[in-house]
Amino acid sequence: MSTLTRQTLTHLDWLEAEAIHILREVAGQCSNPVLLFSGGKDSICMLRLAEKAFRPGRFPFPLMHIDTGHNYKEVTDFRDKRAAELGERLIVRSVEDSMARGTVVLKTPDESRNKHQSVTLLEAIEEFGFNACIGGARRDEEKARAKERIMSFRDEFGQWDPKNQRPELWNLFNARSHKGENIRAFPISNWTELDVWQYIEREQLELPSIYFAHVRPVVRKNGLLQPVTDVTPAKPGDVVENVQVRFRTVGDITCTAPVESDADTVAKILLETATTTITERGATRMDDQTSDASMEQRKKEGYF
Amino acid sequence: MSALENLPDTDHGLLRFLTCGSVDDGKSTLIGRLLFDTKTILADTLHAIEKTSAKRGMTAVDLSLLTDGLQAEREQGITIDVAYRYFSTGTRKYIIADAPGHEQYTRNMVTAASTANLAIILVDARKGVLTQTRRHSYLASLVGIPHLVVAVNKMDLVDYDEAVFERIKADYLAFGAKLGIKDVRFIPLSALNGDMIVDRGERLSWYDGPTLLEILETVPAAHTEQAENFRFPVQFVCRPHDSANPELHDYRGFMGRVESGEIAIGDAVTVLPSGRISSVRDIQIGGVSQLRAIHEQSVTLLLADEIDISRGDMIVKSAEQPQALKEIDATMCWLSETPMSPARTYLLRHTTREVKAKIAKIDYRLDVNTLEHEPVTTLAMNDIANLTLKLAQPVFADPYTDNRATGAFIVIDESTNNTVGAGMIR
Repeated sequence: MSTLTRQTLTHLDWLEAEAIHILREVAGQCSNPVLLFSGGKDSICMLRLAEKAFRPGRFPFPLMHIDTGHNYKEVTDFRDKRAAELGERLIVRSVEDSMARGTVVLKTPDESRNKHQSVTLLEAIEEFGFNACIGGARRDEEKARAKERIMSFRDEFGQWDPKNQRPELWNLFNARSHKGENIRAFPISNWTELDVWQYIEREQLELPSIYFAHVRPVVRKNGLLQPVTDVTPAKPGDVVENVQVRFRTVGDITCTAPVESDADTVAKILLETATTTITERGATRMDDQTSDASMEQRKKEGYF
Repeated sequence: MSALENLPDTDHGLLRFLTCGSVDDGKSTLIGRLLFDTKTILADTLHAIEKTSAKRGMTAVDLSLLTDGLQAEREQGITIDVAYRYFSTGTRKYIIADAPGHEQYTRNMVTAASTANLAIILVDARKGVLTQTRRHSYLASLVGIPHLVVAVNKMDLVDYDEAVFERIKADYLAFGAKLGIKDVRFIPLSALNGDMIVDRGERLSWYDGPTLLEILETVPAAHTEQAENFRFPVQFVCRPHDSANPELHDYRGFMGRVESGEIAIGDAVTVLPSGRISSVRDIQIGGVSQLRAIHEQSVTLLLADEIDISRGDMIVKSAEQPQALKEIDATMCWLSETPMSPARTYLLRHTTREVKAKIAKIDYRLDVNTLEHEPVTTLAMNDIANLTLKLAQPVFADPYTDNRATGAFIVIDESTNNTVGAGMIR
């Protein structure tokens, strides 16, 4: 038993309570939701929040990952292990299957598959008839996300219309949709990267090993460290270095870069996060650097 | 102020506040300054806005660019929707709701204000108290924001003259008294130069009050300091039916958030609408028990008796019951571009409860600039009116001024599922 002594919640307790409230609103209002789980740190927090929201019951939704086929094995292994530990159903749908169906067509064979996840996601939504997708996106990640609602409406084509969003007042969330439309729900909208790490520390959440400092071959390009892997081999003329790095965010190999770091524990990562001088996506995402508005463009097309 | 060089050892919770003003008042610059001076802005973001400032031919970095969110807005150079920003000082986390200042203002400001506990009202020192200052203040009071900071900005453009500040303060107090907001503070500042925001600067030495950040750090984070009645709208019912675990066979957990007040094991409770009485057998988070739960906590309640309860019901303390209302008098803000159709049936959501609603009568529309009453037969976007709604089933409500959670509702148009109205019960 724990007792509370203060009359107001600490910031982490408040954020946790809000996220649990949102998860329960999705479960209460939507007949067929799904929680997107990639094995990344934000979605790992989402699973803990779902446990706090629904245990001792089962989650009132399955977990789903849209796999580009270009994810780090440490992360997909972790994804499978975590879902099994929780005893919850995990659905994996693959961008490669969409490519085989011809619904995803790459411009060049080495084009990043990251943005094509939208197509596979929309196909999976249709396949299972999901009317709500719960995700771990945060408003502090990117400017276009700062204006996204907690319950964000998508039309039949999965499109987001930033100029025509539902007003969201008090704690009264409107997750209603007609058949074919869906809601994207973001329970940790109000969390920052630092909040996520503080929560991971407090809850002692296990993470895939690549979040911690390790030595990895990389090539320095445009101020980012590009990992050298089977998917992203070194090109002629590249100088390959072995550098001690960690990932601040994990996703498709072709567009996620690690940062130099010797932080090998959550406590050290917290200290680095609190004193860093570069934003999370700025340091790590090759896909956001195309233009000032690239995230907004992808979101309008159905991206998470 | 070194923001996060040390991790917090004390936690003063989380404060949500709202900034009201137009682009011309320097609102975006003020927010940019808060983020910049608390070291929330990181090098790559700063570099990006430096580039944009240079591209637009500016000589200094335009901090207002930090808060320009969407492509459409960047093209038009205006903010068109509520955006949320975050910063932390190490002791307190802040969520800023940044509401824009042109024609959709009422709707956006009501939206932003609904979750805020403090509002910063920006006044241009050269212009003094304007119609929009009155409108912002009225809306802040309408939505029940307990703390108001009138920030007299652009002091640099009036030579940091104390007399200008005092005149604006007197003008404001002359009308502000009528609004009934108890905690109103005044502060002179220059967002452009950073005077009196995080640092005091050297040009406002005649002002001996706190800086803006000092106000934010010390204002109570809770919406009210008063003891409130316990209100627990049920969001979801947990019945595990886990045959592998016989202990869970009879488990019935009522999941929700303590919207107000607090509850402890053993407390006598009444379930609405059934009126059934029981007591709290356990309070859990994620299956782990605790002795009590306070305002804003999301918990699961287990009761001593087997009672049929579902989403939309409300658990309250037996000694503190709300009113069951089938007709509500409310102040409502219309949010939709499609005007209200008085003959139609709408869906009303109050806490976790949804009921059909019709407009019984519209008393008057309120002019948010003059506060005058005007007779109307319908409502258009941004209109605020006093009206009466008839409900198909009762809601369990308190007046909004007593309880923000059980006094508020939204109106949904079922044909589009859009949220078209926001109401406060009188």
